[in-house]
Amino acid sequence: MRPRNIVEKLWDDHVVYQENGKPDLLYIDLHLVHEVTSPQAFEGLRLKNRVVRKPELTFATMDHNVPTDNREVIEDQVAQTQMTKLQENCTEFGIELADIHHPDQGIVHVIGPELGLTQPGKTIVCGDSHTSTHGAFGALAFGIGTSEVEHVLATQTLWQSKPKTLQIEVDGTLGFGVTAKDLILAIIAKFGVGVGAGYVIEFTGEAIRKLSMEERMTVCNMSIEAGARAGIISPDEITFDYLKGKRHVPEGDDFQKAITKWKQLTSDEGASHDLTLKLSGSEVEPQVTWGTNPSMGISISQAVPAPHHYDKKSEQEAVQRALDYMGLEEGTRIDEVPIDYVFIGSCTNSRLSDLKAAAEVVKGKKVQSGVTALVVPGSQSVKIQAEKEGLHEIFVEAGFQWRESGCSMCLAMNNDIVPPGKRCASTSNRNFEGRQGNGARTHLVSPVMAAAAAITGKFTDVRKLMTVYQ
Amino acid sequence: MPGIRQFSGNVFPLNRENVDTDQIIPKQFLKKIDRQGFGKFLFYHWRFNDNGMKNEDFPLNDEKYQGASILVGGNNFGCGSSREHAPWALLDYGFQVVIAPSFADIFYNNCMKNGILPIRLSHSSVEVLLENATNTNYELSVDLEEQVVSDEEGFHSSFEIDPYWKQMLMNGWDEITITLSYDDQIKQYELLR
Ligand code: SF4
Repeated sequence: MRPRNIVEKLWDDHVVYQENGKPDLLYIDLHLVHEVTSPQAFEGLRLKNRVVRKPELTFATMDHNVPTDNREVIEDQVAQTQMTKLQENCTEFGIELADIHHPDQGIVHVIGPELGLTQPGKTIVCGDSHTSTHGAFGALAFGIGTSEVEHVLATQTLWQSKPKTLQIEVDGTLGFGVTAKDLILAIIAKFGVGVGAGYVIEFTGEAIRKLSMEERMTVCNMSIEAGARAGIISPDEITFDYLKGKRHVPEGDDFQKAITKWKQLTSDEGASHDLTLKLSGSEVEPQVTWGTNPSMGISISQAVPAPHHYDKKSEQEAVQRALDYMGLEEGTRIDEVPIDYVFIGSCTNSRLSDLKAAAEVVKGKKVQSGVTALVVPGSQSVKIQAEKEGLHEIFVEAGFQWRESGCSMCLAMNNDIVPPGKRCASTSNRNFEGRQGNGARTHLVSPVMAAAAAITGKFTDVRKLMTVYQ
Repeated sequence: MPGIRQFSGNVFPLNRENVDTDQIIPKQFLKKIDRQGFGKFLFYHWRFNDNGMKNEDFPLNDEKYQGASILVGGNNFGCGSSREHAPWALLDYGFQVVIAPSFADIFYNNCMKNGILPIRLSHSSVEVLLENATNTNYELSVDLEEQVVSDEEGFHSSFEIDPYWKQMLMNGWDEITITLSYDDQIKQYELLR
């Protein structure tokens, strides 16, 4: 047999029907659902008297607009309507739901892995672009629109054209104080927000193999920010160790059998990719974005660029518009820029290891006066675990707010909003205009860089804090 | 959904790259549970100032573009969030065709599923269209059957589209109905797993 890469293997395994001149009909193993992109899909089913084909392969939660402070009274009536609607839809169509008061509740991309729903070799979809996160397990996982949500509910399949594959190979090791978030931000800054369009990115190389599962999720999570619908990493011992004992993962002999199967999910010797790009892990430094898309990023020691650094007129205009929106002067060193808000959370960086790393930096220090700082755990389970380890005390003593789980300030659909003109160091994944609130200025950073910014009140090379206090 | 074969309309030029779906429809308008009525929120923060008044600097508010039904944009159009509210808003506002050098994948799919025709044209062609539409009231014709975009002055450019999606769009078919006709194959697959 011709050597195949991991994406080809997963694809071949899931083709239900194939015909020349058509996309392939692909089977979907896991469908995750949330309150914002699903109501119109369920309504569509109802209008046509259709049922959900495989409720047991479907799992729902509420995350995008849940409040993260007081959960007993939901002030936002419109958000409440969406939650009630999801509740009704799940009851009517027989779908398991972790609602706002459920111990499994959390950001859909955090709880999928936590519950062991996410597994190697699965096709996974959700009406949310950051579904790419689940690719960290060697699953083919991508975001879909609401019409596709309806299609999967009704048929458990999707018509899809086979994507091309882009290999991003990261050699070496990430340096001290440099995180998976810095790596993915550096990749996007180097290769651009469009580099992955039409591709699934397979991340390979020594630096990737050394990452923990949670770090791999951070990397795959932001594949969409490089234009790719999906990112994927071959499963290995680190993956299997993570999955062992998770609720939906097979046990005992079945687990061993599953591992044998999962071990096949690597790109064969001699398999090819349509494109390969390389980067050395050691060249990556802590990153901060300065502009209004994720590729507008620099290292902490660099200065904000000027429009004339760019060749194309359209780029120059885009840079100027970004500088204006962000209220930044060209040539300003990013480590001299003061901040007003800090947000540690989102499906990119709200897992236990993220909170631990941030707490390590914060421990025994105080949030700079005038800075509003939030920690929003990715799920109830992360929250409970963090509290067991006393992380909440470290944060609260330092002056952070410790919240309930949800998307929160990542997209500011609930009350967690950055006010107009205010500047936020955020561990989320999108710095688009208005993403964290109308007129809000978002800078994407890692959890430790966000923690450092909270303490000093400006962007700061976290490595300096780490060496001084070590 | 009505099919689209031939289409003519006025062009609105949006000369920006990486226009994301947060811009097309900001999140505060995602809380509805039906598909209608999103047009008035299209490009909300560009069309309106903070006080809710029209932003006269944003070209869509220009008299010249009232009634435009073809949007011409820059690279990587529709990137970001998967929200289908973006094509719903475009359609509800009156846009039936979107032309750009490149699109984000999910947005491109979402357009076709809602009867909006997304067309990829070369950079140079898009530049011509942007310039024409910036200067004058500019009308384009799109022929999906022939896969051609043209104007009366002699602009003529062909485009690629997947034959499957072309059929779907031209006939306005419901994809789920078609897929359900493959029920035997789906059952077969489920049995063999
Ligand atoms: S945390 Fe942010 S990016 Fe992730 S699913 Fe929620 S809104 Fe989307």
